[in-house]
Amino acid sequence: MSEKKLMYGNHAIVEGVIAAGCRFFAGYPITPQNEIPEFMSIRMNEIGGVFIQTESEIAAINMLFGAAAAGKRAMTSSSSPGISLMQEGISYIAGADIPVLVVNVIRGGPGLGNIAPAQSDYYQATKGGGHGDYFTITLAPNSAQELYEFPKLAFELAEKYRNPALILADGLLGQMMEPVEFTYKPIDPDTLSEPSYALSGCKGRDRRVVRSYDLKPGKLEEMNWQRLKKYQKIQETEQRFEATDCEDADLIIIAYGTCARVCDAAIRMARSDGHKVGLLRPITLWPFPNNVLAGMSKTVRNFLVVEMNMGQMIDDVKLATECRSKIHFHGRPGGGVPTPPEIYEKIQAILGGAR
Amino acid sequence: MKQLFGRPNGLTDVLQRYCPGCGHGIVHRIIGDLLIKLNIRECTVGIAPVGCSVFADEYFNCDMIQPPHGRGPAVSTGIKRARPDCIVFSYQGDGDLAAIGTAEIVHAAARNENITIVFINNAIFGMTGGQLAPTTLPGMKSTTSVQGRDIKKQGYPIKVCELLAGLDGPYYLVRTAVNTPKNVINTEKALKNAFVNQIENKGFSMVEILSMCPTNWGMTPVQSKKWVDDTMMKYYPLGEYRNRAKEEK
Amino acid sequence: MTSEIIIAGFGGQGVVSSGIILGHAGLFEDKNVTFFPSYGAEMRGGTANCSVVISDEPVASPIVASPDVVISMNEPSLLRFEPMVKAGGILFYNKTLIKSVPTRKDITIIPVEANAIAEELGQGRIANMVMLGALIKKTGILKLETLKMAQRERFTKADDEQLSLNDRALERGYELL
Repeated sequence: MSEKKLMYGNHAIVEGVIAAGCRFFAGYPITPQNEIPEFMSIRMNEIGGVFIQTESEIAAINMLFGAAAAGKRAMTSSSSPGISLMQEGISYIAGADIPVLVVNVIRGGPGLGNIAPAQSDYYQATKGGGHGDYFTITLAPNSAQELYEFPKLAFELAEKYRNPALILADGLLGQMMEPVEFTYKPIDPDTLSEPSYALSGCKGRDRRVVRSYDLKPGKLEEMNWQRLKKYQKIQETEQRFEATDCEDADLIIIAYGTCARVCDAAIRMARSDGHKVGLLRPITLWPFPNNVLAGMSKTVRNFLVVEMNMGQMIDDVKLATECRSKIHFHGRPGGGVPTPPEIYEKIQAILGGAR
Repeated sequence: MKQLFGRPNGLTDVLQRYCPGCGHGIVHRIIGDLLIKLNIRECTVGIAPVGCSVFADEYFNCDMIQPPHGRGPAVSTGIKRARPDCIVFSYQGDGDLAAIGTAEIVHAAARNENITIVFINNAIFGMTGGQLAPTTLPGMKSTTSVQGRDIKKQGYPIKVCELLAGLDGPYYLVRTAVNTPKNVINTEKALKNAFVNQIENKGFSMVEILSMCPTNWGMTPVQSKKWVDDTMMKYYPLGEYRNRAKEEK
Repeated sequence: MTSEIIIAGFGGQGVVSSGIILGHAGLFEDKNVTFFPSYGAEMRGGTANCSVVISDEPVASPIVASPDVVISMNEPSLLRFEPMVKAGGILFYNKTLIKSVPTRKDITIIPVEANAIAEELGQGRIANMVMLGALIKKTGILKLETLKMAQRERFTKADDEQLSLNDRALERGYELL
């Protein structure tokens, strides 16, 4: 086992991004993710990567568009209001089929909201986010270890499908310290091959064009249908989740990120009192882990969705379970973070009190 | 028989769909020539704007990208920083550069980003049908200022060269025009400087080019060329607003 | 075994450092740990607290709702966190700065003259170290030697003199109980 290091989640992202061979970061300060650009500026300077503090999140996402279209791994990070500003760029990037990584350390909203942890950008992340027909691959880590590991996974998925990828974290995951084990050998960016679309000068080949538009009649429709096939393929092959104690469960909690951690604690309390409660943690929020939920809903009558928002994941759960089961909800919008006892109370209410 | 004049290999064979008398074609031709003369076609990445010249990605015979409206300088920055060996130019109109993309151009200039900006100022939104641009002259009619630009309601035009010259960052800022043969030759010289500066890693160069839009100005091509001389140049004087190459001498 | 700890006080009292030192120490002893800070929007002078979980199991929630242990460095933090201590838990409070007297009967209450001892050692700002020494002695969750290592991991820029002073503060706290 390699050595573990106690790290802030936001610093773990930086190490994960660099280990994934990314040498391009552009971003704008916003709480609660400032540790990412701060640490990134130091690390990129050390290893000769590019770090740009931009004039806005709009500029940041467009710098990513340029760097990624030039064939390089490129990432930005921000928090909710900044991610809203990036939606124009993400739409163009999705429309041009270019892979980038965007990290959203979600804070309370809407508007300026607050700087407390939240999960209220679920819809924005999983239903497209900007204008036009598209989806972004969305990963939801729940530990500093995953914050370190997911950038590599995100780049690999983004490049495999030529699609933007998002990592959704929150202020709690970002500012929490946990041991991180550096589980893989850092990728040397020079060993990454040049993608087929890369803009690098047309010496010795036909010129390349990266664009999201086509005004020829019927052409854009055709491009969209092609993209749908890609999305279907992603949905078929990339659903990721973690199921714990679900085999014998009378009640399964569905929660991701920070909420999954809190629910894990609540489930341990419930189990020690004899309640059969399990946890399904979606790791990909898009594609949503429909298949496992569809299977579970054939035998499990009660599901409890726990989120730090007003219940944005409920729709996906209802669709996946085809409304066969009862879907309960416990949420804390506006920067509230649930505690294990309050979730345990909800569990008891659903299962009819202690046994 | 020896061919003395023809389409340069810096342009594709695609037929350009600009209106008669439009200045875009002239500027495209100059850039297409320079890509060959400076031997940079095979290492260049061009940025097409949103506007009439959105199709520039079909016209220039080099790698091209078409980003969101106004974001050319940011996309250029991304490409140039990711691939410093590439020559990167951003081709932008006045709506693109001086309205929606004001922040991006100002900050790229302030960073002295080593890129080349080609800025077409024709005082109007072309592709969308002749609306008021940030460069529309006082009193000038547009489809959103049918009585003429009223400075009390719509404020004053933005003089981009003068604005950017207020910054320490940019290396080269110049305003030219393409309404007469002499001005076209000067524009070619300025654009050449702007590319050579980048090749020599000098930094941010922008050529603002006063250009004709007879269709949206409601003029004939000949009238529009004269209007650039008589009216536009009075508000937007030609000349160098920054040339650090000269200052350094 | 799992210990859920909250450390609270003014910004500048070393609350966050204390939490991180416990985190490093937990990791050195091969335990599972989480540390989560919480402070006001102000850069200076606000209140600060942090949650630390040290466990033989993987840590589920880094959020501590009912702590086994609270370290209270100032008056407001005592008022806020005394009611939250789990029944049977332990409350350490900085008797030098806190005039109120904790009232709970179902928890162990340990007054520590943290600032007085720190001043005696020549530096008020190491009161947090005195507290940490007392904490590990009373609870037995970590070894004194590990804490000495952990403070070196935290204060990488401190000189030897400061580090030895920190060690002495840890020892003084440890010897109190």
